[in-house]
Amino acid sequence: MSRFLRNQGWVAGLFALLIFLFVVTKLIQPAYGSGDFGSLARAVLPYAFAVAAQTVVVIAGGIDLSVAAMMALTSVTAASMMNGASEEYALFVVPFVLAMGFVLGALNGVLIVVTRVPDIVVTLATLFVLQGAALLVLGAPGGAAAEWLKASVIGTMPLPGLPDWADAWVPKALVLLVVCLCIIWIPLRRSRLGLSIYAIGSNELAAFRSGVPVARTRIIAYALSGLFAAMGGLSLTISTGIGAPIPGPYLLASVAAVVLGGVALGGGKGGLLGPIIAVFVLRLVRTDLTLLAIDPNVTAIIEGLIMVAVVMFGAFITMRSRPAGATS
Amino acid sequence: MTDIATMPQPVSFGRRIKRFMADRPLIPLIILLIILVVILQILRPGIVNERWLANTAKFAIPLAILAGCQTMTMLTGGIDLSVGTVATMSAFIMATQIVNQDPAVAFLLAMLPAVLIGLVNGIGVGVFRVHPLIMTLGTSLIGTGFLQVYQRTVIASGAKIPDFLNWLGTGVTYGFPNALLLFVPVAVLIVFMLNRTGFGRLLYAVGDNERAARLSGVRYWQVIVALYVLSSLLAGITGLLYIGLIKAPSLSLAEPLVLPSVAAAVIGGTSIFGGRGGYTGTIIGALILTVLTTLLTILQMPEGGRRILFGFIVLFVTAAYLRIVEDR
Repeated sequence: MSRFLRNQGWVAGLFALLIFLFVVTKLIQPAYGSGDFGSLARAVLPYAFAVAAQTVVVIAGGIDLSVAAMMALTSVTAASMMNGASEEYALFVVPFVLAMGFVLGALNGVLIVVTRVPDIVVTLATLFVLQGAALLVLGAPGGAAAEWLKASVIGTMPLPGLPDWADAWVPKALVLLVVCLCIIWIPLRRSRLGLSIYAIGSNELAAFRSGVPVARTRIIAYALSGLFAAMGGLSLTISTGIGAPIPGPYLLASVAAVVLGGVALGGGKGGLLGPIIAVFVLRLVRTDLTLLAIDPNVTAIIEGLIMVAVVMFGAFITMRSRPAGATS
Repeated sequence: MTDIATMPQPVSFGRRIKRFMADRPLIPLIILLIILVVILQILRPGIVNERWLANTAKFAIPLAILAGCQTMTMLTGGIDLSVGTVATMSAFIMATQIVNQDPAVAFLLAMLPAVLIGLVNGIGVGVFRVHPLIMTLGTSLIGTGFLQVYQRTVIASGAKIPDFLNWLGTGVTYGFPNALLLFVPVAVLIVFMLNRTGFGRLLYAVGDNERAARLSGVRYWQVIVALYVLSSLLAGITGLLYIGLIKAPSLSLAEPLVLPSVAAAVIGGTSIFGGRGGYTGTIIGALILTVLTTLLTILQMPEGGRRILFGFIVLFVTAAYLRIVEDR
């Protein structure tokens, strides 16, 4: 019970930080309104999926370094498939790309289970493999996205029973994010499988002895990670209209947001809500820096420093909670 | 089962090969290198001559030094992914500062970011216990940000490659590339350090059993900080050598060397989990990769395919070494 309170307390604190940042933003730029919130939600979209992908694996006690490369591969695949194709064809492309992410993610898990090489090495190797595959699919940024897909993240969602001013604060991108994450996360969290994922992250040996199928659970955790990463890749293609074969800065951002979101890097603790709020916090900091008219390259440095500091802090906390000298 | 019980020495052929590979990892590596050269000679008769040898050595040397950074960090169970950024930074700073500054001053300025990044890496890994992969990835992101800001400030002054670096990077004397003048002392130093000095022993000790090393009085963080600073310095020097070879300062100069440097160390028999390996194997690993790259270029394999292959090499070699170690 106390752990539950502590975790929820962390998320609540994070949410307070987010509100505080919104107030700061409003002070810096009094004109900050619903339109800007919409573009924030759009900017958050790929990051949020990357973080969701990382969160599942970290809870299961692993780490997935191939998240960004997976997003790049799924993004270019979607973009090159939709290039010059009809609008209806995209109805086929979306499930295909999601399935591809799921299968490739599962492959990560299978490689880890079969070769018994630590996940950090396996996903480093698949990072390079997926990156190479992305370059093979599309040598340079290009491709296209279907119009109805592009429209699905632009503008706001009219909700019945809400006045217009409230509708303006419900961007479609946010709705899309919440729906996609909830469809997978809530049933998972309530199922036996979700419990198994937490169990193997918390104590693999104990989980094994309690009859949890460790290998299968691990493979499914990586497959879900691949699925989320594929959503991230699709959202990249949708929001930019093209696919780029070079992975973005999503790997470090995802690890930083996972740590900031209260998910222990050792595994077994935390939820999805914290990391998602953490992504909004990190993106909003960037918005604020831009609003303060700071050079975008300097913004990138500050962002990098924040992320490294967060990761250091997280590692420090993990270290304190373990006996001295024990390493993962 | 009964057969094995009656026969006194039922050592199977596969087992003997495994034991042989574990005891003398250099011999199979050299055989592999010779096989690759023979294949090359068969595909393009007459390609293997004095000029080709000098050229291969020229391109293998920067890779071998960076792989040296990976070897040393891997011995402690780490990895240094910031070597590419560090090498690029020192090369770019050298090429732009030499325009207005004294060569000695330019050299010191070029080495400054290398030392700083190494220091931050060391503190992050040694004191805060961040996973080396995440830490070095983060610092390389920050370094790239700084480089982009820096590039704007020197855009007017232009860049040039100092004659000395040009000579060192591309020059050939009596059939031997001048880069050997740098590489031979560096290689001897690394081998000597790893095998004959206390610091080298500490690296093996920390990587083999960190807890035992700590309990025997090793100051873990001091070893790690010294190691990462040394690794960064070597990467910086490699950058200077590499700019003399490539002759075009860019913001992604040495990035393509990062993955092969990891692969070279892994192929050379250094365990990515620490405690086992050496630099001689790494040098042969770098040669193998350089010859392999030539081979793939002749076979017209695109860049993406090359990355996929390198990723698989890292994975399979790690898995294979893991099996060999488990069997002993």
